[in-house]
Amino acid sequence: MNPGNGRGVVSSVSSRVSRKSSETVPDQFPVGLRVMVVDDDPTCLMILEKMLRTCKYEVKRCSRAEEALSILRGNSNGYDVVISDVHMPDMDGFKLLEQVGLEMDLPVIMMSADDSKSVVMKGVTHGACDYLIKPVRIEALKNIWQHVVRKRKNEWKEVEQQSGSADDGQPKQSEDGDYSSSVNEGSWRNSKRRKDDDEDGEDRDDTSTLKKPRVVWSVELHQQFVGAVNQLGIDKAVPKKILELMNVPGLTRENVASHLQKYRLYLRRLSGVSQHQNNLGSPFMNPQDPGYGPLSTLNGIDLQTLAATGQLPAQSLANLQAAGLGRAAIAPKSRIPIPVVDQRNLFSFENPKLTFGDTQQQPQHLNNGGKQINLLHGIPTNMEPKQLVNLHHQGNSIPAVQSVQSVHNGSYQPQSRVQQPMGNYNPVSHTSPMINFPLSSIYPLPNNPAKGGFPEDVTSEMKGSTPGFVPSYDIFNELNHQQKVHDWELQNVGLTFNATQQANNSIDVVGTSIVGSPHQAFPSSSQGSGLSRNASVVHANNNNNAISMGQHHMSNNNFYHENNPVRVKLETPLFPEQFGQDDLMSALLKQQQGGIVPAENDFDFDGYSIDNIPV
Amino acid sequence: MDRNQSHRQVATMKQSLFDQGYLDHEQFNQLEELQDDANPNFVEEVVTLYYRDSARLVHSIEQALEKSPIDFNKLDSYMHQFRGSSSSIGAKKVKAECSLFREYCRAGNGEGR
Repeated sequence: MNPGNGRGVVSSVSSRVSRKSSETVPDQFPVGLRVMVVDDDPTCLMILEKMLRTCKYEVKRCSRAEEALSILRGNSNGYDVVISDVHMPDMDGFKLLEQVGLEMDLPVIMMSADDSKSVVMKGVTHGACDYLIKPVRIEALKNIWQHVVRKRKNEWKEVEQQSGSADDGQPKQSEDGDYSSSVNEGSWRNSKRRKDDDEDGEDRDDTSTLKKPRVVWSVELHQQFVGAVNQLGIDKAVPKKILELMNVPGLTRENVASHLQKYRLYLRRLSGVSQHQNNLGSPFMNPQDPGYGPLSTLNGIDLQTLAATGQLPAQSLANLQAAGLGRAAIAPKSRIPIPVVDQRNLFSFENPKLTFGDTQQQPQHLNNGGKQINLLHGIPTNMEPKQLVNLHHQGNSIPAVQSVQSVHNGSYQPQSRVQQPMGNYNPVSHTSPMINFPLSSIYPLPNNPAKGGFPEDVTSEMKGSTPGFVPSYDIFNELNHQQKVHDWELQNVGLTFNATQQANNSIDVVGTSIVGSPHQAFPSSSQGSGLSRNASVVHANNNNNAISMGQHHMSNNNFYHENNPVRVKLETPLFPEQFGQDDLMSALLKQQQGGIVPAENDFDFDGYSIDNIPV
Repeated sequence: MDRNQSHRQVATMKQSLFDQGYLDHEQFNQLEELQDDANPNFVEEVVTLYYRDSARLVHSIEQALEKSPIDFNKLDSYMHQFRGSSSSIGAKKVKAECSLFREYCRAGNGEGR
């Protein structure tokens, strides 16, 4: 139908309009698909725009990623798909990819003249829908609508599954065929109708309208979400129950479902990546691989740097973070939680602050008082190894961690919940990775120093903390240099946790706490996948931590901010955010030597320090 | 007549560029196909844009080369950019040279020998 109508330009316009509001698929789909293309190369941009217009798409072009982001933010439902170049001067393409995915949940297609496998892989891990090699051919652009369809289909399917209606699945499948065919159209409509029905059927709030409004997962919302998930247990968390637990008016099960999916992907990615990375070691950890680092920290960095520069309002930061958290799948790059454990151990022992005994008891105490948590927080670095170990051994570690988080965060209540997930984590305890886990948990906690308001924390943290950390981070990087693996660990502090645990789920549990701390939590998650979730808490503190973590990966200090979301937490309580490089260096060295290095420093980095320091 | 002659000349030149490997047949044809009545000068516009942009890039590259020690990373990123635009236009030879240049950069070979 679509092609036949062809000249349905006018109708497509109107349908576009209606589509914006109600997500109705215009009959002429994919004609009128709204594309945002971002590329710093004007020649390429011009060619792409022309090609897209020839495909009868609506095109908006930007030569700068920041500009694109602000346009997208200003008009959240205004675009269907984003095409972005990988290498751009003002912002890394992967970072943009993550942010867009987190905030706006749009399909993003990456493109580059670079066709090396590692870069393409990066695109995949960051959640890109597709990767085009330049020079881009028009045939490749003709098919980009499939990503939009696919994404919507998945979301709807998810919603439908939740509601138990399986019918919708079928019509959607027909979409695979000719888009122009009426079948497709019909399926779209059917799907949409179903969605509407489902929504109407829901006794959800007002949002259960025909439209599927885009929900912005703010930090608080994400925290609530994570909390609910933790409470239910990642395996048992179904959108319906989560929605009930969250009890947020205006939130539909659909929103929760898609968010949950992303979250799960995110967690999986964290654990998967960490493992993978552990194996790989170098490729990712290579500081020379800026793409890698920045990407994961994308959320973190952007938020932080943006916040730092004051360009990014705290709220957006929170949103980003929340988005980041929500986008589990996308954000955290494979920070690879890797074996932070080893290093942590170093720290933990060193750290007089962390009294393991306390930490161990924490899990139970967590609820009791923050003090335990504090221990965790401040010590993060110190404790980690030890604590982690202790925690693991006890098997309480997980709960402890979480409780810490919850206590800390204030927003999380779930200490009890934590316990549950902890079960998952337990496995971690066995292995060193477990250690990582605690770290993550620790991290998150500090971040949310009872604030619950991540955005604030984040921004404030970022500004202040970054400076301090960056330098130290470098040090770590160097230290890590020798141990590529370690780099992973640090960054993945949270991640390691995940990695170690075979059950990613466990991480989820932990993560839930972190998740609360939006933004960077995800990006940093790479650092500590488990942490990332907790990162939410950490966020606030992450700034500093991010630096440490970010540094690892990225060899660039820029990312520090980002990665740390998780880290942030650690800092807050005990460690001064600003660590001079010298301090860190000495701290690390001392630790290595077995001296009592100011664990604090290490912790600030959250994972990094620990990892960096070769045990 | 003159018009036809010009057309022929252009066609000949274009073909020779294809043959010599300066211009990529497929890519350039794609650009030409994009040109239509709504944008009659599309190709010209794009190529002009390319020249302008690449002139700027070349200038930056020259500057970077004059510095010492040479910042290979920066050069590499310039080259990457240049390569990207060249390939979009279909400037095959330039693109190949860019790739070669980048290899030298990666090897830290400032002389390019």
